[in-house]
Amino acid sequence: MSKPTIIPIGPYHPLQAEPELFKLYCDGEIVKDVKWETGYNHRGIEKLSESKTFDQVFFLVERICGICSTSHPFAFANCMEEIVNVEIPDRAKYIRSIIGELERIHSHLLWAGLAGHFLGYNTVFMWVWKYREPVLDLFEIITGNRNSYAMFKIGGVRRDIPNNLVPTIQKNLDALKHKLDLLIGVVMDDPVIHARTKGVGVLTKQDIINFAAVGPTARASGVAIDVRQDDPYAAYPLVNWKVITAEEGDVFAKVAVRLLEMYESVSIIEQCLEGLKKEKEGDIEVKVKNVPEGMGTGRAEAPRGEVFHFVTTDGGYSPVRHKVRAPSYTNISTFKKSCVGQTISDATISLAAVDPCYCCTERMAMVYDYYNKKPILSGKDMIKLSQQKTEELKKKL
Amino acid sequence: MSETEKIIDNIKNKFTQDILNTEVKSKRRATITIPGSALIKMADFLYSDMNFRFITASALESGKGFEIYYHFSNDKTGLVFNIHVVLPKNKPEIESLTCLFEAASWIEREMHEILGINFLNHPNLEKLISEGNWAEGVYPYRKEQQ
Repeated sequence: MSKPTIIPIGPYHPLQAEPELFKLYCDGEIVKDVKWETGYNHRGIEKLSESKTFDQVFFLVERICGICSTSHPFAFANCMEEIVNVEIPDRAKYIRSIIGELERIHSHLLWAGLAGHFLGYNTVFMWVWKYREPVLDLFEIITGNRNSYAMFKIGGVRRDIPNNLVPTIQKNLDALKHKLDLLIGVVMDDPVIHARTKGVGVLTKQDIINFAAVGPTARASGVAIDVRQDDPYAAYPLVNWKVITAEEGDVFAKVAVRLLEMYESVSIIEQCLEGLKKEKEGDIEVKVKNVPEGMGTGRAEAPRGEVFHFVTTDGGYSPVRHKVRAPSYTNISTFKKSCVGQTISDATISLAAVDPCYCCTERMAMVYDYYNKKPILSGKDMIKLSQQKTEELKKKL
Repeated sequence: MSETEKIIDNIKNKFTQDILNTEVKSKRRATITIPGSALIKMADFLYSDMNFRFITASALESGKGFEIYYHFSNDKTGLVFNIHVVLPKNKPEIESLTCLFEAASWIEREMHEILGINFLNHPNLEKLISEGNWAEGVYPYRKEQQ
């Protein structure tokens, strides 16, 4: 084998994720190995949390992720309620699940748009992000914010969803369902999308177990894990829904799982809205006066998979130790499996397929000549490479 | 007898000699304290025989020394099972779990980096989060740094 060419994706804004650097070791077009470097944006949130009161920690963990900003407060609330040993009112449970599922829909739509862009379907990108807007509008109506909703607290939620808002939410959901039908029809029937994503970036069941991958990444490989079902919390045990899985483990399976999950999310929200009508307005929290000494673990199913929080307390006002594990932490390590053996143009979509947490506005990816260190391909070129492959396929098919 | 109680009993019977303390908090939360020397065989039993999923591990410094909670999930029953080990302050070291599953690799690197816990037989104990821009031998999450 000739000397490998190292292709750095990063370090500041790689294709889809936060500041981190992937080094693809390539032999010609084929990726032979992947190495990962991070820490460029380590914010020390776990340490910072130890200096905040429990109420403030909610606002801190909400800012871990810009897209799924409710999943961390969700897991933290579950964790703290385990330590305090409190049961929240049903109305608060419904509201929590509604927020959680709306977030799943907007996060999956955001990813679907980006995946379309990487594959050269910029129309998909623009339309899907347009469909996403009404979901963000709903957030604004319910919480006052399009993102970082500040809805959660120990013992319940901060704001009620008044019953007279239910028809508005329902109307937006009905419109969304129609758009989802369109989108899923397009994706499932397009031969070029099939050719670009089927058999690409395959993860087997054993890979998932070995890397402890979670969320849609695991479910697309036939591992039916979902915290909402396995360790039920909030209103999920009160409504009917099913866990979507696929067996193939390739990029197409991940697309399909995410798209079909959105239908389940819509169904969960509709049932929660029905539930809200039965509960008394304003009954959204139980007062928690102090947090005893103890240790707790809380989980929540974020759009990308299981979020895990571990907290120890000493009877004071702040956590003694607060450990956070986001789903991308385990999912990103699967790149070692999904990218190796692929071409560089397929690596683009394989890296994007696990939906690594996206909170940047700019991106940079470059291909360097290993010997004279001159840049050969920029980030734009890499996306172009991926898009060109789609164009070629379109002509062939 | 609930599913969780059966699982805990099964583990207790298998590791009678090693268990220092058991705490079953609820139907879906349990913690067992064991000496560091028994970690590999218990983790292997949970992962290979009982099909538990490794979630992550949390390390902290306390009056007892360095404590590590290895969190496992049994997705059939929703049980979060924690293996708790306490390592001495003067020599915090323990066997790495990377021989069982790849998922332990990053979190062990992180614990090594922030608290200075040494993981024996880890294939690559390089820094994970500070990427070379943090001084050697200074561990930011130790109490002495506060």
